[in-house]
Amino acid sequence: MNLPALIVLTAIKITLILVVFLTAIAYTVLMERKVLGFIQLRYGPNRVGPWGLLQPLADLLKLLFKEDFTPPHVNKVLFVLAPVITAVTAFLPFAVIPFAQQILPNEFSFFGVTFDLTTAGLNQGVMADINVGLLYVFGMGSLAVYGAVLGGWASNNKYSLLGGLRLAAQMVSYELPLGLSVIGVLMLTGSLSLVKIVEAQSSMWFIVYQPLGFVIFFIAALAECARTPFDLIECENELVAGFQTEYSSMKWALFMLGEYCHIIVASALATTLFLGGWQGPFLPPIFWFVGKTFLLVFVFIWFRGTFPRFRFDQLMQVGWKVLLPLSLVNILVTGAVMLAIK
Amino acid sequence: MIIPLLKGLATTLRMVFTKPVTLQYPEEKRPVYPRFRGHPELVTNEDGGRRCVACTLCMVVCPSNAIKQIVPAEGAQHEKYPAAFVIDLTRCIFCGFCQEACPKAAIKLNNLYELAQYEKQMLIYDMDRLTQEQPKLRDGDWL
Repeated sequence: MNLPALIVLTAIKITLILVVFLTAIAYTVLMERKVLGFIQLRYGPNRVGPWGLLQPLADLLKLLFKEDFTPPHVNKVLFVLAPVITAVTAFLPFAVIPFAQQILPNEFSFFGVTFDLTTAGLNQGVMADINVGLLYVFGMGSLAVYGAVLGGWASNNKYSLLGGLRLAAQMVSYELPLGLSVIGVLMLTGSLSLVKIVEAQSSMWFIVYQPLGFVIFFIAALAECARTPFDLIECENELVAGFQTEYSSMKWALFMLGEYCHIIVASALATTLFLGGWQGPFLPPIFWFVGKTFLLVFVFIWFRGTFPRFRFDQLMQVGWKVLLPLSLVNILVTGAVMLAIK
Repeated sequence: MIIPLLKGLATTLRMVFTKPVTLQYPEEKRPVYPRFRGHPELVTNEDGGRRCVACTLCMVVCPSNAIKQIVPAEGAQHEKYPAAFVIDLTRCIFCGFCQEACPKAAIKLNNLYELAQYEKQMLIYDMDRLTQEQPKLRDGDWL
């Protein structure tokens, strides 16, 4: 296949996936509001469209028409850059997460021209199957800190700055257990490619071999997404809204987009690493992937509806004194068992 | 340490499958108790005749000066009736003193409580609107 066709086809694929992904994010917001409503014996949004299904559209329109206010005394460049960094770094990890095995046939004809879709894995259910996939995801996850920290600093506001500081401390602390909890999976597969990791789970999901790893991963993911019970960075009774305090309109929406994007990516990653990714009987792979991912998204929301927030010292204690040693023990035990079996 | 957390999760999950307690307000309205004091209303007899004799006792007793105007008139058998009766609902405090003062049980507070209007003028009720209002929420034995 020639280069222009490859670029065009790749762009089409990226656009399609991005549109679906953005819609999923919008509906995750609706899902959160609905589920929280049900938990609190309310209905949640149900006025816009049937069962409130058009609510995301209404929200988007509202946000677009809000005044995009930049306060005086802010660092303008960083103030604008911060939400962009947050949103972009939240989107990018999804590029390597496989959502299906093969979504298109090997080749197809268009006005008599035959395209070979096996080139660059165009027919695969993943944007880019790179051999350092997991490392790339964690790299992007680390970059996401910059969005919040820069936003907090550029806002020139005490609450924002404290929110940004807290986020930085929290992210750095929980990235360790997050990274270490997946080492067990890496030892079992021997590959960083997420497609290989999913394929290695064809006989048995890794949650069976790595239950502790899964629990640690999920708790650390909660903290990385700054969700309840680790949402100290936007703890409204202390910090107003944390690093987002000075943001409005679409800039604020980009932060929210980033937050919900993080939730989906974390759930998708947990699905890929521990729950067998797209694999499952009877139904098409994409249904299994989406179903498992949104089950985990539901758990995120469920936790938010259930647990109170940690105190900051408790947060640090859980991160460094509980999760970190446990993840190290998990690696040791996994290694020992693997050695014993061999 | 884990058990209480799981209990909490179980509780919230149970709530997800419990019917919400929300009253969908504009569609379903909260029923009020029988002696609820809502909008004032002029009562008519079964034959359609007015009970009010335009004695203006209600106007005298009204603490918030909501009853603006009562114009008395006299019929063929020297019976009195109001030719005009104006109540300003924006002033009414729904105290029910008019109802207590009325010797003929001609003014009653019904069980309507919605006051939102686009124009204030809509809340100044003349005699037709005070009489013709048909409260849907009203109990059968309201009078």
